[in-house]
Amino acid sequence: MDSELKREIILDNYNSPFHKGLKNEKGYIKANTNNESCIDNIDIELKIENGKVVDATFDGEACAISTSATSIFLRKIIGKSVLEVKELIKNYENLIDEKPYDEELLGELMAYDTIYMQPNRKHCALLPVDTINKILKEVESGD
Amino acid sequence: MIIINREDFPILNNDIIYFDNGATTLKPKCVIEAMNDYYYKYCANIHRGDYKISLEASNAYEEVRNKVKNFINAKSSNEIVFTSGSTDSLNKIVFGFMMNYLNEGDEVLLTKSEHASNVLPWLELAKIKNIKIKYIPLNDNHELTIKALNDTITDKTKVISIAHITNVVGDVRNINLISKIAHQHNIILVVDGAQSVPHMKTDVTLDDIDFLTFSGHKMLGPTGVGVLYGKTKYLEKMVPIEFGGGMNQYFEVDGKVEYKSIPTKFEAGTPPIAEVIGLGAAIDYLQTIGMEKIYNYEKELKKYLVSKLEKNPKVILYNKSTDSGVLAFNLEGIFSQDTAIYLDHYNICVRAGNHCAKILKDEINIKNTCRISLYFYNTKEEIDKLVEVLEKSDDLFKVIL
Repeated sequence: MDSELKREIILDNYNSPFHKGLKNEKGYIKANTNNESCIDNIDIELKIENGKVVDATFDGEACAISTSATSIFLRKIIGKSVLEVKELIKNYENLIDEKPYDEELLGELMAYDTIYMQPNRKHCALLPVDTINKILKEVESGD
Repeated sequence: MIIINREDFPILNNDIIYFDNGATTLKPKCVIEAMNDYYYKYCANIHRGDYKISLEASNAYEEVRNKVKNFINAKSSNEIVFTSGSTDSLNKIVFGFMMNYLNEGDEVLLTKSEHASNVLPWLELAKIKNIKIKYIPLNDNHELTIKALNDTITDKTKVISIAHITNVVGDVRNINLISKIAHQHNIILVVDGAQSVPHMKTDVTLDDIDFLTFSGHKMLGPTGVGVLYGKTKYLEKMVPIEFGGGMNQYFEVDGKVEYKSIPTKFEAGTPPIAEVIGLGAAIDYLQTIGMEKIYNYEKELKKYLVSKLEKNPKVILYNKSTDSGVLAFNLEGIFSQDTAIYLDHYNICVRAGNHCAKILKDEINIKNTCRISLYFYNTKEEIDKLVEVLEKSDDLFKVIL
């Protein structure tokens, strides 16, 4: 992916993020993450039915990297099973940490493949993942 | 006009433009060398006096207490307590003094532009004692007015605890007048001096301040050391909240204890000796320049900064009128952190965020800003560079992504 395309993907998702605005309806599980090393602050809510993510929304104030990564993530996980979401998260974390990953699975998330060069921004890129993990943990401990 | 020799600050050789002085300041060589000197030549614990280097360390340590006393014009060096910083000082005041001084129903006045360290200890105390925390309303410029203060005081008000200069808005409060008003009502005035003591002349006697707190590292000194000033009559009533070596006279197995007198009884454990000595060197350095000169120069720099940034329609300024070197801003439509990261690409250091003033958002309706906080080693040339970089920020995302 060339850097022009990466920038375009990030900015598109930053300027018009997918499913921004929480529904706060019954059946949604919400989690918040405050980026400890900076000031990003987002809420994500997922609706999970029969082991599958059927809806996902988010809200909050965050930088271009966090906001766009959250937007791309939510678009990708709707319709996926919890297991598939976990697999995606694992590959994405590997991407950020310079470990082996499945490029095809990550798709647009490949826009963050050079984030490791800016260590202070890794947290920004991982913000949606930290938040989704919290929700998955709650789901697992809940029932 | 440049009022110092920039070569005194080794870190400036790295070609950085440092505009985050509200967070911490750069250190001149003389401060670092004073600390090295202690470690190399007379590294011993204090108050052990049986050998020469210990006596030398004790003398150096106590000499700084005297320097601080003169620097803020306290009446006695016994009124100067060394702490780990402003946060520690405020906690000691709240839990060592106010805990016993305040009674159920008493009111403490703060403002929404206070730093976390002057809010959270009070909120914690309010949980323990049934006291009421009230916020004096700020005006449209987010500044404290005397009228609002007068309107908020009731016969239950026992304490006013406010910053002399706030860390985001940067308004300079009229402490002299506020102290007069406070004392007319038998109210104790606690002044958070973290953002003022480094930048202007502080006179606790002239302004009749009851308690003052500040940090060494925001005034050229090292991290890990700060000061709690309290009038003798209040320190005599304050109790230690940390116990251990150095602060006790004697103790017995049956619990009979006698503590040392003020200020030593508030300095349990081995204090930050090197840091205190470093703070002494910082005070010497500041006094050689002169606090009035520093204050006037910073005001001039801020005016220059505002006049330049005002010409850029993309820049939103939040506090251009305040009389200190602090300016909060945003670029239109850009998240403050992205702006800070963009500036970092040009080696310009600014802070993005809520600057530990998390309740200020209720006032300015903006959670996050970029903050420029100036110090006397900053120059108009550095400001010109910032202005230039912000002017060509149309390619911001090209630079940071």
